[in-house]
Amino acid sequence: MSNFFEKSDLSRNEAEAIISDTLQKCDDGELYLENSKSETISLDDNKIKNSSYNSDLGFGFRAISDEIVAYSHSNEISKNSLKQSSESLKSTLKSARGTYNHSIPKSNEKYYDNINPIEQKSLKEKIEILEEANKYLRSKDKSVKQVTANFSGEQKSIEIIRSGGEVLTDVRPLIRFNVSVMLEKNGRKESGVYGVGGRQSYDFYLGETNWKNVCDEAFRIASVNLDSKPAPAGEMKVVLGPGWPAILIHEAIGHGLEGDFNRKKTSAFHNLMGQKVASEGVTIVDDGTINNRRGSLTIDDEGTPTEKTVLIENGILKNFMQDRLNARLMKTRSTGSGRRENYRHIVLPRMRNTMMLNGNHTQEEMIKSVEKGIFAVSFGGGQVDITSGKFVFNCTEAYEIVNGKIGAPIKGATLIGDGPSILKEVSMVGNDMMLDPGIGTCGKAGQGVPVGVAQPSILINKMTVGGTKL
Amino acid sequence: MIKDQEYLLEKASYCLDLIKKLGATDSSVIVSNSISETVNFRNKKLDESNRSDNLAVGITTYIGKKKSSISSSNLSKENLNTLIEKCIETTKNTPEDEFNSLPDKDLLAKEVKDLDLYDDTHINNEDKIQYLTKLEVSASSNKKIINTESSFTEDKSNFILANSDGFCKGYKDSSFVASSVTVAKDDKSMERDYEYTGKCHLDDIIDADVLGKLAAEQTIRKLSPKKIGSEKISLIFDKRIAKGILGTFASAIASSAISRGTSFLKDKINHKIFSDKINIMDKPDILKGLGSRSFDNEGVRSDTLRLVEQGVLKHYLIDTYNGKKLNQRSNGRCGGTSNLYFENGDISYKDLLNSNSKCLYITETIGHGSNIVTGDYSVGASGFLIENGEFKHPINEITIAGNFRDMFQNITLANDLEFKYSTNSPTMMIEGMVVAGK
Repeated sequence: MSNFFEKSDLSRNEAEAIISDTLQKCDDGELYLENSKSETISLDDNKIKNSSYNSDLGFGFRAISDEIVAYSHSNEISKNSLKQSSESLKSTLKSARGTYNHSIPKSNEKYYDNINPIEQKSLKEKIEILEEANKYLRSKDKSVKQVTANFSGEQKSIEIIRSGGEVLTDVRPLIRFNVSVMLEKNGRKESGVYGVGGRQSYDFYLGETNWKNVCDEAFRIASVNLDSKPAPAGEMKVVLGPGWPAILIHEAIGHGLEGDFNRKKTSAFHNLMGQKVASEGVTIVDDGTINNRRGSLTIDDEGTPTEKTVLIENGILKNFMQDRLNARLMKTRSTGSGRRENYRHIVLPRMRNTMMLNGNHTQEEMIKSVEKGIFAVSFGGGQVDITSGKFVFNCTEAYEIVNGKIGAPIKGATLIGDGPSILKEVSMVGNDMMLDPGIGTCGKAGQGVPVGVAQPSILINKMTVGGTKL
Repeated sequence: MIKDQEYLLEKASYCLDLIKKLGATDSSVIVSNSISETVNFRNKKLDESNRSDNLAVGITTYIGKKKSSISSSNLSKENLNTLIEKCIETTKNTPEDEFNSLPDKDLLAKEVKDLDLYDDTHINNEDKIQYLTKLEVSASSNKKIINTESSFTEDKSNFILANSDGFCKGYKDSSFVASSVTVAKDDKSMERDYEYTGKCHLDDIIDADVLGKLAAEQTIRKLSPKKIGSEKISLIFDKRIAKGILGTFASAIASSAISRGTSFLKDKINHKIFSDKINIMDKPDILKGLGSRSFDNEGVRSDTLRLVEQGVLKHYLIDTYNGKKLNQRSNGRCGGTSNLYFENGDISYKDLLNSNSKCLYITETIGHGSNIVTGDYSVGASGFLIENGEFKHPINEITIAGNFRDMFQNITLANDLEFKYSTNSPTMMIEGMVVAGK
């Protein structure tokens, strides 16, 4: 645990006094302190290309009056700097007349261990694994022309001091291992990417079988794509595989169910609470409490313990994801979804691990039922326009389906759909739910936060496939 | 106030000296400070104020051909000592890479050009509020607009880049950015669009009334969109989308992608990759330019490059490391392009719209569908159907797809270039792309 005041001219008591004084007529707010250490080691083009280390320290001071948020952050944890921030907040909220809400729920649950993954493995060992992975992939097949492999590891310590001196703390480990491979055969180039990660030590992910699996999977995706033909263009049935394709849910409806867009009525879902927004059998939760997952948090960045929030239950919209600000303004409670990239950013309601739960169909049944369509197994990124509800995501591994059978692989194509209506087009939900491998980062308002997704296979009646073959 | 040159210089020299003492053979250090103040409005009321004060140091140390780097926001001597020791230790344990080195001395910038990138004006929050009030009143004057969110940001920054070969230069720059996002609604649909203005100098930004009006108009005209069928059709890309296609071209000619062999434009120097009429410039010395600079991220002088001349690719974007790998010298493009633009075409915007009896005008794309390994392109899009030069109706929920190899050969540019961003394009038409809809 970091002691943020140890080397500062500012004592904890003085900080508490400034916080309480600044927030006295505000509805909410806190001082957020953060100390993070992170490393990246990457191998590229047969060489260790980069070994870098970052240490970041700072605070973000937030005051909220009614709907107005005043925020100020700095790298210097000092008396002078905190006072300057306090002045800046006070000047924005001159007319604040609120009553500070001291209540914040408590929990003793922890979803990851207090470890520093960076220190748990020597640089030499990490470099060795990268070099092994490179060697392993290049010896696999002579079509392998390029390999990139990298580690990133992080330990982030946070402390939240609220008005009145209440303190909440968390220490969050996070690691990721990623491999990207490019193949070339008969003048054609294709690439494949795969990775794993979560809030555990490197060792958990990097036994010899683990890293070889990551390499094999990246190689497999690239090989499939070497034989791919142009994707079809137009509206058709789509079967999504289990696991990572759940970024469809993240983009298509997850963002639209974040509290801020609904309070501001800019989400296509803002007036649909309690209504049917998905086919029967579709249940979607956002869960921050799965042990060691990339999207899990013991407490969120406002200090609220996370939870498993039911968003859609059997097709009916049940809850939005809330931080304290939007919960107060919408007269509900925080779901522990208040997150920020780091101390430089304000808190926003965000997703954690967004999951569609199991139904009772099999993937085989789904494929069999499709006369003409595509089977999408893996995706790159996605994006959504919250207001119009239109969302896209890019296939990185997909096949055509012809007369109930999986056919040839098709080139990476964008799929586009309409968020509010897509879940009504889900006609079968599989019984094979899978978590993603732990690699997702969600972007919103310029802030990236680690997230997870999960789903079983699903059959969607119609989506537009953005291929080139008419 | 942002930290002055002396403060940054003192920190940089401290680092360089210590690194040398601890046994590094070469090093480079960047120390920077930026202060940014933002005010956000929503529905004509103050929503958020945000002040940010960022200090940063980035250090790269070399021991022979071994290299490692660190960065931090904590500039206390105690922390710098710890980090530099760690960096040197890591460098020792990192394998050699024969291409690691500081830039060639003769390529380093000799001077900091006066490009007029800094405006000392400070506007306090009250004045920002005044601008935003005017902006939002203008943006919400039509009752179809049901939500407005606007923001005004003032940014000032200063940096020093120094290396153990004696390079030591830096300069201040500033930016003033205002933007407005509006949501419009009718009985069939809800749509969102935006407008933006950003300049180095306060006096050059667009008037608040005009900005609000543009944002609202662009949103309202998107209401009640239709989906269209799948077909091969000419596409006209609005300037704000066309610049993204130019940006993808820039990523595909980055020396990192070329040296790794992961770009569809590898081995294409002196090949004709665009049609005859296309010229692409990267010009770092435009006065007040949003991408202007005296040198690149390594201190290498950046001269103007004519990247594409009459359709022929003339240069890659080369930094020191990848240059050595490719057996070429850096052309001052570590960190990418500066002010990158297509030169104007020879046809007016109006004539471009009229050049086909039917085409689609694309104002927004979503998704990350550019693959620079294969050149494949597939993204979600929305915009308008154009018939005989007239805007007929908005369209959405379509995808557009093609391959850059073909797309580049089929570009026609209008003559309406303006310098609104650091990468800019005139309105662009590309023939022969596939639209997927119903």
